[in-house]
Amino acid sequence: MSTGTPASAEVLSKYEAVIGLEVHVQLLTKTKIFCSCSTRFGDPPNSNTCPVCLGLPGALPVLNREAVTMAMKAALALDCAVNPRSRFARKNYFYPDLPKGYQISQYDEPLAEFGRIEIEVDGARKRIGVTRVHLEEDAGKMLHEGFADSDSRSYVDLNRSGVPLIEIVSEPDLRSPEEAYDYLTRLKTLMLYLEVSDCNMEEGSLRVDANVSVRPAGASMFGTKTEVKNLNSFRFLQKALAYEIERQVEVLEGGGTISQETRLWDSREQKTHGMRSKEFAHDYRYFPEPDLRPLAISEEWKEEVRRSLPELPQARRERFVREYALPEHDATQLTATRELANYFEEVAKATGEPKLAANWILSELTFLLNEANRDISQSPVSAPNLAGLLVLIQKGSISGKMGKEILAAMFASAKTANEVMAEKGLEQINDTERIIAVVREIMAANPKQVEQYRGGKTATLGWFVGQVMKATRGQANPPLVQEILKKELS
Amino acid sequence: MELTQLTIDAIREGLAARKFSAEELVRAHQGEIERKDKDVRAYLSLSPERALEQARKVDRQIAAGEKLGPLAGVPVAIKDVLLTKGLATTCASKILKGYVPPYDATTVARLESAGACVLGKTNCDEFAMGSSTENSGFFTTHNPHALDRVPGGSSGGSAAAVAANMAVASLGSDTGGSIRQPAALCGVVGMMGTYGRVSRYGLVAFASSLDHVGPFGRSVRDVAQVLQIMAGRDPLDSTSADVPVPDYVAALGGENDLKGVRVGVPKEYFAGLNPEIGANIEKGIDLLVKQGARRVDISLPHTDYAIACYYIICTAEASSNLARYDGVRYGYRAPEYSDLHDMYRKTRDGGFGAEVKRRIMLGTYVLSSGYYDAYYLKAQKVRTLITRDYLEAFEDVDVIVTPTSPIPAFKLGERVDNPLEMYLADIYTVTASLAGIPGISVPCGRTKGDPAKNEPPLPVGMQILASHFDETRLLQVAHAFEKAGRFEAA
Repeated sequence: MSTGTPASAEVLSKYEAVIGLEVHVQLLTKTKIFCSCSTRFGDPPNSNTCPVCLGLPGALPVLNREAVTMAMKAALALDCAVNPRSRFARKNYFYPDLPKGYQISQYDEPLAEFGRIEIEVDGARKRIGVTRVHLEEDAGKMLHEGFADSDSRSYVDLNRSGVPLIEIVSEPDLRSPEEAYDYLTRLKTLMLYLEVSDCNMEEGSLRVDANVSVRPAGASMFGTKTEVKNLNSFRFLQKALAYEIERQVEVLEGGGTISQETRLWDSREQKTHGMRSKEFAHDYRYFPEPDLRPLAISEEWKEEVRRSLPELPQARRERFVREYALPEHDATQLTATRELANYFEEVAKATGEPKLAANWILSELTFLLNEANRDISQSPVSAPNLAGLLVLIQKGSISGKMGKEILAAMFASAKTANEVMAEKGLEQINDTERIIAVVREIMAANPKQVEQYRGGKTATLGWFVGQVMKATRGQANPPLVQEILKKELS
Repeated sequence: MELTQLTIDAIREGLAARKFSAEELVRAHQGEIERKDKDVRAYLSLSPERALEQARKVDRQIAAGEKLGPLAGVPVAIKDVLLTKGLATTCASKILKGYVPPYDATTVARLESAGACVLGKTNCDEFAMGSSTENSGFFTTHNPHALDRVPGGSSGGSAAAVAANMAVASLGSDTGGSIRQPAALCGVVGMMGTYGRVSRYGLVAFASSLDHVGPFGRSVRDVAQVLQIMAGRDPLDSTSADVPVPDYVAALGGENDLKGVRVGVPKEYFAGLNPEIGANIEKGIDLLVKQGARRVDISLPHTDYAIACYYIICTAEASSNLARYDGVRYGYRAPEYSDLHDMYRKTRDGGFGAEVKRRIMLGTYVLSSGYYDAYYLKAQKVRTLITRDYLEAFEDVDVIVTPTSPIPAFKLGERVDNPLEMYLADIYTVTASLAGIPGISVPCGRTKGDPAKNEPPLPVGMQILASHFDETRLLQVAHAFEKAGRFEAA
């Protein structure tokens, strides 16, 4: 598809990208949207099914109230107006993973509209419009591999059929892959905060399609868009968008035109490919779902959901900066998930040292969690235990270096700092005699430095402290070391 | 005592007085089926064990002096579009040949828990699409009054079974007249309640916003008793109404005085019909007036648009409802195919009959992008106008009386080649379906017949309509009419 040489940065800068995202988020309800089957992931194929989600003759959908509540939470958190009346519609198409031959979705009367997400562009806030949030059911899954006869047959697993989804459609307000990345990150954070989804891209609970077009910089008309699918990670999203923008610019620069089509991102080739028109030329023949009444949402229900909303990431971020005097960057990282923010607040409050808490959580603890491939909710070091460790450091009872060692042991054993220290014999050396002995040894071995100190270069005290700590493997009580050093050196 | 000609009341009394057992009753009906059904062909399949098992249970209850269900021992027939657990349910379609559902329709379950004995499943037009039962994918049912004529449709088998004493009562489905019209043509009582009055769960969908389940019987009182059991909210059907169910049977009273009842006679329903039928209905109205009712001539001005409106909406919904018969999970699959699309095509081509395919194509067309507004949306607006006609009329009248069908039972094969003429057989019944109001067809004399043309006297049906959820009034008027003698000798 690419025409000739890749577009140079100079050529690219003559164009502006216009991007809109369609994000599907799987809701964390216990049961499916139109029947009482479990939504659990990973169960044996077709075990969580019933006449309704199998699309058997005569079965009828009954709307799950919890799904509506969760969708409403998301919509309200996105600043949407929730429609007092919305309607389900049938989206008709044939595919083996779609047992009824139609998907129950929402079309011209969605649950909610006119929302927004604020992203950051070059340090400034930018508002990205959210066109709509609507509810729909998921389809099943085709299994093309892993069976003895997979070369000649495909299998269908309908466990996912009828799992509730919300589709969040953005306005075409995004102008770069970076903006799209930021938008999606904030959207994900928001959903995690609301606890309406686990947003696990690998399990398909967060799915993204992008509408992409380019136009000459400064133009107000939209160019012809393509829809890019198969973006199943944040990284792919950014790469695919960058590729697609460049591809479109190249086509236009080469005198060609963009054809409106669906393109798939191929992560191996790092390219988007147009799908054969047959595969996407659907006329979905939407019409109102006659098996369900229009969805009426009372003011009371809406307000009840609004009251149940937790403090949202942006508000919490701002509060962290204000209340704990944290740098913007730390506050953003700490508010990435509700669990992490809760963890931080617990440690900050218990220690009275928010900056210390932030540092330890974002560096040491995060490192250990990443190593173990765990998230904060699975941390073997509880917030009170981390606070216990930080208090010891704060009091000077242990050095920072020792603290790191202890934290690693706490992480491995889920024990408290004191327990670890007792076990490892890592208790602090507060024995004056022992420290004096070490100090004298070091002074004897370094006469030149002693000379310098006595000659008025008192700044070398720090060097001596370091030597003592090294010699005691960090176990010596640092204030005591200082005190003894001063006495011995003078 | 002739065990196959009893009313439900007579069965209740007879069982209580031990004049006969439930098993004898069921066996008597099985005998009648054995004798007559080779000619009438009302049943697609029989369920002798299921019926006898239920009858023996009733007999045990009687022996134990237990309280009996309201329909204890009543032998019934079920249209083959209603699901029966463990008993093949085919919708008279090759595409569902041999399909055994894993659950019972709510209506069937309610009947059986009231003690009814299911004799078997009755023939109908494929997926209830037709007005003569000639569209059955298996064979045609004959009118018991004249075997060379149609029983009407689509619930022809259920009407014929009751007319020929091969069941005391039966269930049918009515989308545009499929209970009322065959009731008229077979000389029995057939009723559909208000849309939402009776659960559709387990009724194989044809046109969801129009589909009803309703009873056939040989008397209004029997029909009221069966409706009583089925009516009421079903949590499995979101469109079933949460409206209290009155005691229909108690409200029937005895010799009812119709004093003060205003009977609306819409002029649009008396043009272009068979003159003998018109004359019979006029006589029927006179009979009501003699009982104290007041005749009010009214107009339902949008009647002319009803057939077009109905055939757009029902085909649109059908095209979607029948998408699930795709050969993937159950039912017929073409034996040979080259790929998925070829499998779909060959399965649906081989599995569906001509009328079903015609309606799927019509429905697909009217929902297609570019045509939706002109057809489906316009039809919805017309539907609103037709409903408004009725609502306005019911401000001035209590019931509306019309002929059920413009023609008596026609000869087999007479109309099969002219679908449009067949569609016009529904001309008097579709408006009530579109408006969602309840309707009943009661026998109203017979045509004179013409021995010279070898034409026997044929049953005529009078349709009575009432306002939403006013089944009580409908049944009262129908019952009074029946008690006044139906002027069998007309």
